[in-house]
Amino acid sequence: MGSWEKRILKSLNSMCTELSIPLARKRPVGEQKELLNKWNEMGTDEPDLSLFRPVYAPKDFLEVLINLRNPNYENGDSLSFRTHLGLIQVPLKVKDIPELKEFFVELGLTTGQLGIDDSTQVPPELFENEHVRIGQKVLAEQDSAAAQQYVRQGSPTALRAELWALILNISSQPEDILYYEQLKTNVIQHDLLVDSLIYKDVKLTASNDDYYFVFEDYLYQVLLCFSRDTSVLGHFAYSSASPPKSYIRGKLGLEEYAVFYPPNGVIPFHGFSMYVAPLCFLYHEPSKLYQIFREMYVRFFFRLHSISSHPSGIVSLCLLFETLLQTYLPQLFYHLREIGAQPLRISFKWMVRAFSGYLATDQLLLLWDRILGYNTLEILAGKILAAAVFAFRAVNLMEVTSLAAAEAVLADLSTLKVMPLLQIFLFATVT
Amino acid sequence: MSVQTIRSVFSVETGYRLSDDQIVNHFPNHYELTRKDLMVKNIKRYRKELEKEGSPLAEKDENGKYLYLDFVPVTYMLPADYNLFVEEFRKSPSSTWIMKPCGKAQGKGIFLINKLSQIKKWSRDSKTSSFVSQSTKEAYVISLYINNPLLIGGRKFDLRLYVLVSTYRPLRCYMYKLGFCRFCTVKYTPSTSELDNMFVHLTNVAIQKHGEDYNHIHGGKWTVNNLRLYLESTRGKEVTSKLFDEIHWIIVQSLKAVAPVMNNDKHCFECYGYDIIIDDRLKPWLIEVNASPSLTSSTANDRILKYNLINDTLNIAVPNGEIPDCKWNKSPPKEVLGNYEILYDEELAQGDGADRELRSRPGQSLGPRGGRSRDSGRTVLTTWK
Repeated sequence: MGSWEKRILKSLNSMCTELSIPLARKRPVGEQKELLNKWNEMGTDEPDLSLFRPVYAPKDFLEVLINLRNPNYENGDSLSFRTHLGLIQVPLKVKDIPELKEFFVELGLTTGQLGIDDSTQVPPELFENEHVRIGQKVLAEQDSAAAQQYVRQGSPTALRAELWALILNISSQPEDILYYEQLKTNVIQHDLLVDSLIYKDVKLTASNDDYYFVFEDYLYQVLLCFSRDTSVLGHFAYSSASPPKSYIRGKLGLEEYAVFYPPNGVIPFHGFSMYVAPLCFLYHEPSKLYQIFREMYVRFFFRLHSISSHPSGIVSLCLLFETLLQTYLPQLFYHLREIGAQPLRISFKWMVRAFSGYLATDQLLLLWDRILGYNTLEILAGKILAAAVFAFRAVNLMEVTSLAAAEAVLADLSTLKVMPLLQIFLFATVT
Repeated sequence: MSVQTIRSVFSVETGYRLSDDQIVNHFPNHYELTRKDLMVKNIKRYRKELEKEGSPLAEKDENGKYLYLDFVPVTYMLPADYNLFVEEFRKSPSSTWIMKPCGKAQGKGIFLINKLSQIKKWSRDSKTSSFVSQSTKEAYVISLYINNPLLIGGRKFDLRLYVLVSTYRPLRCYMYKLGFCRFCTVKYTPSTSELDNMFVHLTNVAIQKHGEDYNHIHGGKWTVNNLRLYLESTRGKEVTSKLFDEIHWIIVQSLKAVAPVMNNDKHCFECYGYDIIIDDRLKPWLIEVNASPSLTSSTANDRILKYNLINDTLNIAVPNGEIPDCKWNKSPPKEVLGNYEILYDEELAQGDGADRELRSRPGQSLGPRGGRSRDSGRTVLTTWK
């Protein structure tokens, strides 16, 4: 684990030396003023980003995970694990379908769901109207725990922004707004190397996205502040990752001169901005958008790009995905393996991004409703959804003969309806 | 068939007659709706007529503004109404006005003004020559510019909706569910220094395509569903449904306004491109109607949309892929609607028993299916007749 982090930091440092750009510098006053004027339209800035490369992309991260081994593990009796043919070779305990069914009981076939039971053919009186009424009541009572329980069945679009804020305990107090403004001031005063990485990422991903291109400027406003937010360092207490450290020039190795870099300890990777993008559909006030994103990050998203044994961590999610697929769709699994298209190689990127940018926004939001409701990533990206997608396209996939073709079959998820898929896979497959 | 060809097909001189199995995609005098000056003229006439009849639709508020029929920005014809315009201009001298040539499209020839001196040309001409001799090529309309458009992500956008009319009397029209929003590439600013920057103000793709930041992947377009999701999430369901209801309302009213003067030739159907702008109070404004909406595509998604549009349009106009017979009753079965939904069907509306005008106002009782674009083949907005 430590070596991956060292690698990232090394990559960052070498970019720094190559391009002769400091990791951080104070902006001259003229530049500060200019940035302040341009604060709402940073997207129009065209800095030369051609020499910058993302520090790493999901597929690089996957390679690291594939090579994880636990030297202390005694392989002896575990028959099932010895026959695990997936890419992940770390024996973590993951839930199987019966356990998943129990955990996600509210997603069962007999319970109403938004994303299924609000479709055209179903009269709203059956489920939707009542569900909306309950949602309004939950909001009126400002009951956070009830809200969390409630969104397990999906949130009505009009109530979602408030419900998520309630669940995440975000209420825009004056001090929160002030805090955001302070971060903004930090951005104005200092330029960080990671800023360029952020620009590059937004330009490469969100700006080209059918849904999110409109919000490009918001993304800068959120992410640049995020990099400077030292309160984010708090999450490292329960993450097995550690923030990269850097040393004041000339004092390498001297702990008193160590600072975290970037200040929030999080180095963005290719696609990072997509964690923020869907939230722009819900919150259009920058400081609120910021708070929601930060909270989502320290509760959930960080697990998707750091190595740990947590059940919601990416390693477990990958393992669960592979296990589910191998157990319940063995033919498909073997076939894909045969043709050199290990399923995880395709689904990994979906999971790392929590499906942002791959699903249509309304479907994505329904999925994220459940992440918040169950307080786990296992559902989405995690395993189940990825496995369900494969199951859904199984017929086509059985016919492909190359990794490229497999990728093509799975390239476009934008028409998928999330909830029916999940229900079928979890509750309607023969066990 | 292009508009030029239509002109000759229907012109008295050519003596061409369409036979029963020929259907064309334009009404002979579609320009009553699609020319900017005529559209405004027809709508003004329609409003006055309703007022004369004492119809509740023509009700006005204490400032003299129509409550339900005020959906076109204040507009004058130039040079004919020049003096009227000056009077109006002087009432609010800090306002901005948009000059549009009557007969052009794709944003050609449009410019913004905020000073009378910028349009001296039209006043000078009207003094020195007689009104009649103005060639139609130079006719302009000048409209109050909506300088408080609803912004998303700080950007201005407009809506392009496709509406198919199969007959005007009785009025039968369909709305395509897959309309889209066109965003400007540059951040919106009402500041006067940017009046000349057409990339800020005009949303026509023809213009935006040449901007530096034009993106060929998404083409600066959003689907109407995205818009709906965004508005419902940030503003709530009621106001969003009300907005969409109002949009449907103004389209139908505009068609009703020109119905009496339209040559309802049974060989004709037409698919219009409606341009609508929403202001920051979520009020929709009808900007113009296009007779030949661009069917070229700027992105891959676009191509799919336009292809489906043509396909669905033809399925309604000429059902079953059979040889058309213009005498048919123009009531296509539900299944062929594709991505269209019935916007207004006069026959159905009248047949449905008289629930009188009190229920017919938008913004009041919006039945449970209000503005949701869910199609089950029924008339979408039966609350108004």
